[in-house]
Amino acid sequence: MAALRVLAAMSGGVDSATAAARAVDAGHQVTGVHLALSANPGSYRTGARGCCTLEDARDARRAADVIGIPFYVWDMAERFRRDVVEDFVAEYAAGRTPNPCLRCNEKIKFAAVLDRALALGFDAVCTGHYARIRDGALRRAADRGKDQSYVLAVLTRRQLAHAMFPLGDTPKDQVRAEAARRGLAVADKPDSHDVCFIADGDTRGFLARRLGRAPGPIVDVSGAVLGSHDGAYAFTVGQRRGLRVGRPAADGRPRYVLDIEPATRTVTVGPAEGLDVHEITARRPVWTGCLPPAVPRECLVQLRAHGDVHPCVAWLDGDLLRIGLRRPARGVARGQAAVLYDGDTVLGSATISATG
Amino acid sequence: MTAAATSRAYLDHAATTPMRPEAIEAMTEELGRLGNPSSLHTAGRRARRVVEESREQLAEVFGARPSEIVFTSGGTEADNLAVKGLYWARRDGGRRRVLTTSVEHHAVLDSVRWLESAQGAEAVWLGVDAEGTVRPEALRAAIAQAPERVAVVSVMWANNEVGTVQPVAELAAVAHEHGIPFHTDAVQAAAQLPVDFAASGADALTVTGHKLGGPVGVGALILARGIEPVPVLHGGGQERDIRSGTLDTPAIRAFAVAAAACAQRRAAEAARLAALRDDLVRQVLAAVPDAVLNGPPPGERRLPGNAHFSFPGCEGDALLMLLDANGIACSTGSACTAGVAEPSHVLLAMGADEFRARGSIRFSLGHTSTQEDVDAVGKVIGEVTDRARRAAAR
Repeated sequence: MAALRVLAAMSGGVDSATAAARAVDAGHQVTGVHLALSANPGSYRTGARGCCTLEDARDARRAADVIGIPFYVWDMAERFRRDVVEDFVAEYAAGRTPNPCLRCNEKIKFAAVLDRALALGFDAVCTGHYARIRDGALRRAADRGKDQSYVLAVLTRRQLAHAMFPLGDTPKDQVRAEAARRGLAVADKPDSHDVCFIADGDTRGFLARRLGRAPGPIVDVSGAVLGSHDGAYAFTVGQRRGLRVGRPAADGRPRYVLDIEPATRTVTVGPAEGLDVHEITARRPVWTGCLPPAVPRECLVQLRAHGDVHPCVAWLDGDLLRIGLRRPARGVARGQAAVLYDGDTVLGSATISATG
Repeated sequence: MTAAATSRAYLDHAATTPMRPEAIEAMTEELGRLGNPSSLHTAGRRARRVVEESREQLAEVFGARPSEIVFTSGGTEADNLAVKGLYWARRDGGRRRVLTTSVEHHAVLDSVRWLESAQGAEAVWLGVDAEGTVRPEALRAAIAQAPERVAVVSVMWANNEVGTVQPVAELAAVAHEHGIPFHTDAVQAAAQLPVDFAASGADALTVTGHKLGGPVGVGALILARGIEPVPVLHGGGQERDIRSGTLDTPAIRAFAVAAAACAQRRAAEAARLAALRDDLVRQVLAAVPDAVLNGPPPGERRLPGNAHFSFPGCEGDALLMLLDANGIACSTGSACTAGVAEPSHVLLAMGADEFRARGSIRFSLGHTSTQEDVDAVGKVIGEVTDRARRAAAR
């Protein structure tokens, strides 16, 4: 491959640092960039929580020093707030369960950052994501447990054409070992978990502060009121814990959140079978691994990050993607992505808007 | 955008400038010697002598008496000591007002803000005109509102971003009409202009080593007799109890050597730099006709080595990155912790809108600057601004 001008996004973590180092080894002209995404960056990382603190920026800078590449910090805090954080809150307010990492990839890392990089003369953006690109399409990483193709499937072919994922063929523990060999201090740094902009991990508290008290009824499938809640955003489809209905179900079996209706703020709970989903409708499909299917197509679908794959049939209905599951799936939430796979190759991705 | 350039043009002398060889030599020599200048024995007295000779040398360079020189760790510390120390010394009797400008360096600005938020001070921010100049009449009017309430006035000698030279002697005189102490941050001025403490009438004046070819980590607050700020640092009582801490003999020596070398060559250097700077301005405007030169026109109201431009439609940090990739070092003028550039508070104070304030670059020349440095900018600035414009217009 010809030497490219590559912008390596460096979070301060071990994956992006190693990815940047590999891009240099591959002969590319690499520049490291740390994205300052937080409006109020904390000084220190607290364990695995949160991201993009000043300490993370420093870790990224030091990794760039060791790798020997120029390093800058780009302020994307305002766009991140608008496109990722506000979207996250709005989705919950609408009774859906968003995936902010997906939104960040779609709007920030491979849009705002990529567009700016291309305008400044770069050819590609490199990240430490675990995924592979083959023939312009996205494929799962070799390390299935770390595979992030699900959150990258929202990218278009154009975006993928300018993306670089050097870690796709390597298991995570080997990446850490490699980072240590390269003299990167971040080799031992814990991975960040949870939502990067909710540093204390308390999503419910974060949403409560943003959306306030928004009480509504908790009902059973017949519509009988069982109790009340202070905010439907505290619930997600498939959830079993924290229902606080007070008394057990008549049949003594556990109840699950089956549905969240935002206009009336009604949370419907019921038995596990109520979670069974046979059909899914999804909006805004993006096709990267195939042309939009003119006829129904057998494939696999993944319905949440690190979720199982389900055999299905997928077809287009106007602008919508319809998915018929061969066997029912549970815990399917509106707002999550439905990602279609053919084996390990991503065919496309769409946002779940209805289930049945 | 070219590949990583091997030759580099440094146009950020306002941030720091190469240490002069004679200063490096003097410092290295002294580093090999032993002695705390506060010790009473032979080794200590030897070191003390070096400090005192340096003090005398600096006093001569800056038109002060040796007893007026207080060594610090640099310009920021000296500014803190002046602003906070003089406020604390004067605030009894209801003197809570601190008058300063909206274009000061952060060492003064943030000190004043802190005094306001944590020490009961009342900050009065003097406006500047479109060139960044503080008019003496504006100061007089601000003082006149309640002269008995003013603790201290601080106005920088020359602005580090756009190079504006303030009418320091007139401003000091206005402050003295009401017996108010006047401090001036002369950190940028000292390298390129004749800074004469006595002639200026200032009561307190800040200088630092690394802006004139000395080492980083040493500076001085020059204090007129009778002006006694409350110390920021307490301890061993060095520098007449005003600034405790073991004196850094090697750095002080290098500071003095650098200041003397700088002063000796200053007039010729100023002329040389002004010519280079004027050519830089000409080349930039030729390549980018809609670029705007911020600050006063080249001449005696502007630092000879300073050129500060706004490039319409561009973001400063994109320009910086592209220039860096072309081997050119310069600045957007404003530093910060995370490395993210903020809009220049100086430009905002001069009446620029946020876009102009964000789309600016400062080029600053110094004692090692050459025509090649200027030509390097002229060669690429056109294509760099084109690209930066494209990056911003998305």
